[in-house]
Amino acid sequence: MTAKPLAVLPVMARPPARSAAGDWGLWDAPKRIFTPRVLYGLLLAFGLCVLAGEAYAQFGGQPRLGVLATMQKWLPLILFGPPGEIGGFTLNILVSFLTMAIGTVTGVVLGVMQVSQGLIVRRIAWAVTQFFRNSPWLVLLFFAILLLPYRIQLPGGFVVPFPDWIKAVVGLALPIMGNISEVTRGAINSIPTGQWESSESLAFSRAQTFRLIILPQCLKRMLPPWMNWYAILTMATTLISIVGVSDSMTLTQQALAAEGGRGELLIPMYLLLLLLFFIYCYPIARWTQVLERRFAIIT
Amino acid sequence: MAWTSAEPIVSLKDVRKSFGDVEVLKGISFDVKKGEVICIIGPSGSGKTTVLRCINALVPINEGSILVQGLEVRDPKLDKLELRKKVGMVFQQYNLFPHRTALENIMMAPIHVLKQDKAKVRDRAAKLLAKVRLAGKEDAYPGELSGGQQQRVAIARSLAMNPDVMLFDEVTAALDPETVKEVLVTIRELAEEGMTCLLVTHEMGFAREIGDHIYFTDRGVIIEHGAPKEFFANARDPRTKEFLSQIL
Repeated sequence: MTAKPLAVLPVMARPPARSAAGDWGLWDAPKRIFTPRVLYGLLLAFGLCVLAGEAYAQFGGQPRLGVLATMQKWLPLILFGPPGEIGGFTLNILVSFLTMAIGTVTGVVLGVMQVSQGLIVRRIAWAVTQFFRNSPWLVLLFFAILLLPYRIQLPGGFVVPFPDWIKAVVGLALPIMGNISEVTRGAINSIPTGQWESSESLAFSRAQTFRLIILPQCLKRMLPPWMNWYAILTMATTLISIVGVSDSMTLTQQALAAEGGRGELLIPMYLLLLLLFFIYCYPIARWTQVLERRFAIIT
Repeated sequence: MAWTSAEPIVSLKDVRKSFGDVEVLKGISFDVKKGEVICIIGPSGSGKTTVLRCINALVPINEGSILVQGLEVRDPKLDKLELRKKVGMVFQQYNLFPHRTALENIMMAPIHVLKQDKAKVRDRAAKLLAKVRLAGKEDAYPGELSGGQQQRVAIARSLAMNPDVMLFDEVTAALDPETVKEVLVTIRELAEEGMTCLLVTHEMGFAREIGDHIYFTDRGVIIEHGAPKEFFANARDPRTKEFLSQIL
């Protein structure tokens, strides 16, 4: 006879994704991210707006181009910008890549400085981090636009031009730098002190300890928050429209103006823009969640 | 000041160490001769582990002197890395590098610190792994090994630096009873080969069998010491007696 347990105590909750859904393969990611529920929701919202617009266009008096047809007309511009130059959604993505690259490199350096043994270095890195983490992104963007020169004269006659969108990259990289600095500091502090002690006792220098032992272990812990910041940044790239760069936001506004400010187009056109970002960012957010669950228990 | 093997390899004189207001070591003195095996025993919080950590400068001391092969550990100009190349340390929690395989754990320090040739280091690391009876586990990550196996990799990792002294800090305290033995066998072999060892341990039977000299510490001082037979049979101090009666 088997004795019935009095109580089953949860010792450690298993990460749900791993046991229930298993690991994701590369190719089944799309159908898992855009599940029927998500797709139906999107279609429904989009369809309702379009239908309302179409109805308005049909019965609103003089005959005009339908809402869907209007969107179709402007979509290439919003996606790729004017012919012959980089703009639109492509520019948003380009800006997000460059900003993330600059913000990550500077942020990791700043984060390592935050755990430096030198008190002054540590304090300065902390202050810089806090300043850029807690400033409005738009204000930092204006600072970069207004304070950076439009070109830099290098010795030897070289001139490096600084177009507005490059300045915008610098401006957006500042808050990313601050946040990645915190992510880095947190990851470094989460490594058990035993790792430091054992590498010290093996006569590794502090720099070697960082490079060979601590930072490689940090990467895994930093990846989910890093991706999270990337998704946030990508959505925030629409801020650059304010400084007159022809990104997807600017071009949507221009398209609307070119259509003569038709009221029934407002919601569908902005929804189209939103959809572009959603389709790009939602998978990143979902993938981040999966990675977070997978790394939840580290042995 | 050149050190000769006639002098003690490790020499502590009136070592004092405080953490804040708490004085953990209140004047510890002892000598370790080359090839000797020293066991430090005593209740929790008596400062045993701190003694070991002071010897390889993981923890700075406040007063007194520690000489390791003639190197003064308290000297502010001391090259700590030079000291740590002479002194290997094994920890209670193994502290292997989880992102590297067993073999890579052993190879890292000789390659990056001693700048030795990679192929030669690999050969030696494989030999060390076989020495701690883990041949075949070269490519296993620490997370895939049992506690006893991890601890033996940690011992091999320290040995790869060719240290003159090995410090063992309660290396079996975190292990299952069945796996304690495999680690103790490894340490005994080392001792028999003439490695100078300092052990902080709760394994009294092992201390009696392997130790050349036993030190009993309590509240930061050495209460009593002696050769193991004498020490375990005829403890004089009441605190030693009480401790031994509780643990044996």
